[in-house]
Amino acid sequence: MEISTQEFKHCDLLKVTGRVDSATAPEFSKTLEDINNNGRFKIAIDMSELEYMSSAGFRALLATQRNCKRYNRGELVLAAVPERIREALELAGFTELFRTFENPLEAVGSF
Amino acid sequence: MTWRRHLVLSFMPSYTFPAKFEFLDEIRDFVAEVAREGGFTEKTIYSLQLATDEAASNIIEHAYAGIPDATLSVACEVRGDEIVITLQDTGRPFDPENVREPNLKADLSNRQIGGLGIYLMRKLMDSVQYEANANAGNTLTMTKRRV
Repeated sequence: MEISTQEFKHCDLLKVTGRVDSATAPEFSKTLEDINNNGRFKIAIDMSELEYMSSAGFRALLATQRNCKRYNRGELVLAAVPERIREALELAGFTELFRTFENPLEAVGSF
Repeated sequence: MTWRRHLVLSFMPSYTFPAKFEFLDEIRDFVAEVAREGGFTEKTIYSLQLATDEAASNIIEHAYAGIPDATLSVACEVRGDEIVITLQDTGRPFDPENVREPNLKADLSNRQIGGLGIYLMRKLMDSVQYEANANAGNTLTMTKRRV
Protein backbone atom coordinates (compact mmCIF):
# COMPACT_ATOMS: atom_id res chain seq x y z
CA MET A 1 0.00 0.00 0.00
CA GLU A 2 1.13 3.51 -0.78
CA ILE A 3 -0.55 6.75 0.14
CA SER A 4 -0.04 10.22 -1.25
CA THR A 5 -1.90 13.31 -0.13
CA GLN A 6 -2.55 16.58 -1.86
CA GLU A 7 -3.94 19.63 -0.11
CA PHE A 8 -6.44 21.74 -2.03
CA LYS A 9 -8.09 24.92 -0.87
CA HIS A 10 -11.40 23.26 -0.08
CA CYS A 11 -10.38 19.70 0.62
CA ASP A 12 -7.63 17.11 0.88
CA LEU A 13 -7.20 14.49 -1.82
CA LEU A 14 -5.72 11.21 -0.68
CA LYS A 15 -4.65 8.59 -3.17
CA VAL A 16 -4.28 5.06 -1.86
CA THR A 17 -2.75 2.40 -4.10
CA GLY A 18 -2.13 -1.33 -3.70
CA ARG A 19 -3.73 -3.32 -0.92
CA VAL A 20 -5.34 -2.25 2.33
CA ASP A 21 -5.64 -5.16 4.78
CA SER A 22 -5.09 -5.70 8.52
CA ALA A 23 -1.34 -5.21 7.97
CA THR A 24 -1.59 -1.88 6.14
CA ALA A 25 -4.88 -0.45 7.50
CA PRO A 26 -3.23 1.11 10.58
CA GLU A 27 -1.10 3.36 8.34
CA PHE A 28 -4.13 4.19 6.17
CA SER A 29 -6.09 4.99 9.30
CA LYS A 30 -3.32 7.14 10.73
CA THR A 31 -3.01 9.19 7.53
CA LEU A 32 -6.72 9.97 7.70
CA GLU A 33 -6.50 10.82 11.41
CA ASP A 34 -3.57 13.14 10.75
CA ILE A 35 -5.63 15.07 8.19
CA ASN A 36 -8.44 15.42 10.74
CA ASN A 37 -5.97 16.40 13.46
CA ASN A 38 -4.81 19.24 11.21
CA GLY A 39 -8.36 20.57 11.37
CA ARG A 40 -9.28 19.38 7.90
CA PHE A 41 -12.48 17.39 7.51
CA LYS A 42 -13.25 17.48 3.80
CA ILE A 43 -11.49 14.51 2.27
CA ALA A 44 -11.67 12.78 -1.10
CA ILE A 45 -10.06 9.37 -1.56
CA ASP A 46 -8.85 8.43 -5.04
CA MET A 47 -9.22 4.63 -5.29
CA SER A 48 -8.39 4.31 -8.99
CA GLU A 49 -5.26 2.26 -8.27
CA LEU A 50 -6.51 0.45 -5.20
CA GLU A 51 -6.33 -3.31 -5.78
CA TYR A 52 -7.81 -4.64 -2.59
CA MET A 53 -9.48 -3.55 0.62
CA SER A 54 -10.63 -5.76 3.51
CA SER A 55 -12.95 -4.84 6.37
CA ALA A 56 -9.91 -3.41 8.18
CA GLY A 57 -9.90 -0.65 5.56
CA PHE A 58 -13.69 -0.30 5.70
CA ARG A 59 -13.44 0.33 9.44
CA ALA A 60 -10.96 3.15 8.85
CA LEU A 61 -13.35 4.69 6.30
CA LEU A 62 -16.26 4.46 8.73
CA ALA A 63 -14.34 5.97 11.66
CA THR A 64 -13.12 8.82 9.45
CA GLN A 65 -16.57 9.52 8.02
CA ARG A 66 -17.94 9.76 11.55
CA ASN A 67 -15.23 12.17 12.57
CA CYS A 68 -15.58 14.29 9.42
CA LYS A 69 -19.36 14.62 9.58
CA ARG A 70 -19.43 15.53 13.27
CA TYR A 71 -20.70 19.12 13.76
CA ASN A 72 -21.34 19.21 10.00
CA ARG A 73 -17.74 20.20 9.50
CA GLY A 74 -17.03 18.03 6.51
CA GLU A 75 -17.34 14.75 4.69
CA LEU A 76 -15.32 11.87 3.30
CA VAL A 77 -16.10 11.03 -0.33
CA LEU A 78 -14.78 8.28 -2.59
CA ALA A 79 -13.61 8.51 -6.19
CA ALA A 80 -12.97 5.96 -8.95
CA VAL A 81 -13.89 2.96 -6.80
CA PRO A 82 -12.85 -0.27 -8.61
CA GLU A 83 -15.69 -2.72 -9.29
CA ARG A 84 -14.58 -5.47 -6.87
CA ILE A 85 -14.09 -3.01 -4.03
CA ARG A 86 -17.44 -1.36 -4.76
CA GLU A 87 -19.11 -4.79 -4.61
CA ALA A 88 -17.54 -5.51 -1.22
CA LEU A 89 -18.51 -2.06 0.09
CA GLU A 90 -22.05 -2.74 -1.12
CA LEU A 91 -22.10 -6.11 0.64
CA ALA A 92 -21.02 -4.38 3.85
CA GLY A 93 -23.84 -1.86 3.41
CA PHE A 94 -21.30 0.97 3.13
CA THR A 95 -22.29 2.50 -0.20
CA GLU A 96 -25.04 4.60 1.32
CA LEU A 97 -22.63 6.08 3.86
CA PHE A 98 -20.30 7.58 1.24
CA ARG A 99 -20.92 9.71 -1.80
CA THR A 100 -18.93 8.33 -4.71
CA PHE A 101 -17.65 10.06 -7.84
CA GLU A 102 -16.43 8.84 -11.21
CA ASN A 103 -13.02 10.47 -10.84
CA PRO A 104 -10.95 12.45 -8.31
CA LEU A 105 -11.57 15.74 -10.13
CA GLU A 106 -15.33 15.43 -9.64
CA ALA A 107 -14.84 14.42 -6.02
CA VAL A 108 -12.66 17.45 -5.28
CA GLY A 109 -15.10 19.68 -7.17
CA SER A 110 -17.97 18.48 -4.98
CA PHE A 111 -16.68 20.44 -1.99
CA MET B 1 -14.93 -40.57 12.12
CA THR B 2 -12.25 -38.11 13.04
CA TRP B 3 -9.45 -40.14 11.42
CA ARG B 4 -11.17 -39.84 8.07
CA ARG B 5 -11.36 -36.12 8.21
CA HIS B 6 -7.65 -35.94 8.92
CA LEU B 7 -6.92 -38.32 6.10
CA VAL B 8 -8.80 -36.09 3.67
CA LEU B 9 -7.12 -32.98 5.02
CA SER B 10 -3.69 -34.50 4.64
CA PHE B 11 -4.18 -34.68 0.87
CA MET B 12 -5.13 -31.04 0.58
CA PRO B 13 -2.33 -28.68 -0.35
CA SER B 14 -1.70 -26.93 2.94
CA TYR B 15 0.70 -24.26 4.13
CA THR B 16 1.60 -23.06 7.58
CA PHE B 17 2.01 -19.31 8.01
CA PRO B 18 3.21 -17.24 10.96
CA ALA B 19 0.10 -15.76 12.58
CA LYS B 20 1.02 -12.20 11.63
CA PHE B 21 -0.86 -9.69 9.48
CA GLU B 22 2.23 -9.33 7.29
CA PHE B 23 1.53 -12.80 5.88
CA LEU B 24 -2.03 -12.06 4.73
CA ASP B 25 -0.64 -11.21 1.29
CA GLU B 26 0.83 -14.70 0.93
CA ILE B 27 -2.31 -16.36 2.26
CA ARG B 28 -4.44 -14.50 -0.32
CA ASP B 29 -1.96 -15.38 -3.09
CA PHE B 30 -2.07 -19.06 -2.18
CA VAL B 31 -5.88 -19.18 -2.32
CA ALA B 32 -5.93 -17.24 -5.61
CA GLU B 33 -3.45 -19.63 -7.20
CA VAL B 34 -5.49 -22.75 -6.34
CA ALA B 35 -8.75 -21.08 -7.42
CA ARG B 36 -7.28 -19.82 -10.69
CA GLU B 37 -6.01 -23.30 -11.54
CA GLY B 38 -9.48 -24.61 -10.69
CA GLY B 39 -11.05 -22.30 -13.26
CA PHE B 40 -12.74 -19.86 -10.90
CA THR B 41 -13.52 -16.38 -12.27
CA GLU B 42 -11.51 -13.35 -11.13
CA LYS B 43 -14.64 -11.97 -9.47
CA THR B 44 -15.03 -15.15 -7.39
CA ILE B 45 -11.29 -15.25 -6.68
CA TYR B 46 -11.53 -11.77 -5.16
CA SER B 47 -14.38 -13.00 -2.94
CA LEU B 48 -12.36 -16.06 -1.87
CA GLN B 49 -9.35 -13.90 -1.04
CA LEU B 50 -11.46 -11.48 0.95
CA ALA B 51 -13.23 -14.24 2.92
CA THR B 52 -9.94 -16.02 3.69
CA ASP B 53 -8.28 -12.74 4.68
CA GLU B 54 -11.15 -11.93 7.06
CA ALA B 55 -10.96 -15.44 8.58
CA ALA B 56 -7.17 -15.30 9.01
CA SER B 57 -7.29 -11.74 10.38
CA ASN B 58 -9.82 -12.86 13.00
CA ILE B 59 -7.60 -15.77 14.05
CA ILE B 60 -4.54 -13.50 14.35
CA GLU B 61 -6.45 -10.74 16.14
CA HIS B 62 -8.73 -12.76 18.42
CA ALA B 63 -7.71 -16.43 18.71
CA TYR B 64 -4.03 -15.54 19.12
CA ALA B 65 -4.40 -12.21 20.91
CA GLY B 66 -1.33 -11.81 23.13
CA ILE B 67 0.19 -15.12 22.01
CA PRO B 68 3.60 -14.70 20.31
CA ASP B 69 5.12 -17.02 17.66
CA ALA B 70 1.78 -18.62 16.76
CA THR B 71 1.06 -20.21 13.38
CA LEU B 72 -2.01 -20.96 11.33
CA SER B 73 -2.46 -23.51 8.57
CA VAL B 74 -4.38 -22.82 5.40
CA ALA B 75 -5.50 -25.66 3.14
CA CYS B 76 -7.19 -25.07 -0.16
CA GLU B 77 -8.50 -27.51 -2.74
CA VAL B 78 -10.96 -27.69 -5.60
CA ARG B 79 -13.28 -30.69 -5.26
CA GLY B 80 -15.59 -31.15 -8.19
CA ASP B 81 -17.43 -27.87 -8.68
CA GLU B 82 -16.49 -26.29 -5.38
CA ILE B 83 -13.45 -24.94 -3.62
CA VAL B 84 -12.81 -25.90 -0.01
CA ILE B 85 -10.71 -23.58 2.15
CA THR B 86 -9.72 -24.70 5.63
CA LEU B 87 -8.00 -22.61 8.30
CA GLN B 88 -6.60 -24.28 11.40
CA ASP B 89 -5.26 -22.68 14.54
CA THR B 90 -4.52 -23.64 18.13
CA GLY B 91 -5.59 -20.36 19.71
CA ARG B 92 -8.60 -19.51 21.82
CA PRO B 93 -11.81 -21.00 20.39
CA PHE B 94 -13.62 -18.28 18.49
CA ASP B 95 -16.94 -19.29 17.01
CA PRO B 96 -18.14 -16.85 14.37
CA GLU B 97 -21.68 -18.00 15.18
CA ASN B 98 -21.41 -16.09 18.45
CA VAL B 99 -20.72 -12.81 16.71
CA ARG B 100 -23.80 -10.69 16.19
CA GLU B 101 -24.53 -9.58 12.64
CA PRO B 102 -23.92 -5.89 12.15
CA ASN B 103 -27.03 -3.81 11.46
CA LEU B 104 -26.44 -2.63 7.91
CA LYS B 105 -29.47 -0.35 8.08
CA ALA B 106 -28.09 1.65 11.00
CA ASP B 107 -27.15 5.25 10.30
CA LEU B 108 -23.57 6.49 10.42
CA SER B 109 -23.44 7.20 14.15
CA ASN B 110 -24.97 3.86 15.12
CA ARG B 111 -23.09 1.72 12.63
CA GLN B 112 -21.09 -1.01 14.37
CA ILE B 113 -17.43 -1.26 13.58
CA GLY B 114 -16.96 -4.87 14.73
CA GLY B 115 -18.40 -8.06 13.28
CA LEU B 116 -18.04 -6.89 9.70
CA GLY B 117 -15.35 -9.40 8.73
CA ILE B 118 -17.43 -12.38 9.80
CA TYR B 119 -20.49 -10.95 8.11
CA LEU B 120 -18.53 -10.64 4.85
CA MET B 121 -17.23 -14.24 5.18
CA ARG B 122 -20.77 -15.55 5.47
CA LYS B 123 -22.01 -13.42 2.58
CA LEU B 124 -19.12 -14.22 0.24
CA MET B 125 -19.00 -17.99 0.78
CA ASP B 126 -21.65 -20.69 0.27
CA SER B 127 -20.89 -22.28 3.63
CA VAL B 128 -18.82 -21.42 6.71
CA GLN B 129 -18.34 -24.10 9.35
CA TYR B 130 -16.46 -23.86 12.61
CA GLU B 131 -15.24 -26.67 14.82
CA ALA B 132 -13.30 -26.39 18.09
CA ASN B 133 -11.45 -29.49 19.22
CA ALA B 134 -9.44 -29.66 22.44
CA ASN B 135 -6.67 -31.67 20.76
CA ALA B 136 -6.66 -30.63 17.11
CA GLY B 137 -7.46 -26.97 17.72
CA ASN B 138 -9.92 -24.84 15.80
CA THR B 139 -10.94 -25.57 12.23
CA LEU B 140 -12.83 -23.18 10.01
CA THR B 141 -14.05 -24.69 6.73
CA MET B 142 -15.47 -22.52 3.98
CA THR B 143 -16.76 -23.64 0.61
CA LYS B 144 -17.85 -21.92 -2.57
CA ARG B 145 -19.19 -23.38 -5.79
CA ARG B 146 -17.84 -22.43 -9.17
CA VAL B 147 -20.45 -20.28 -10.93
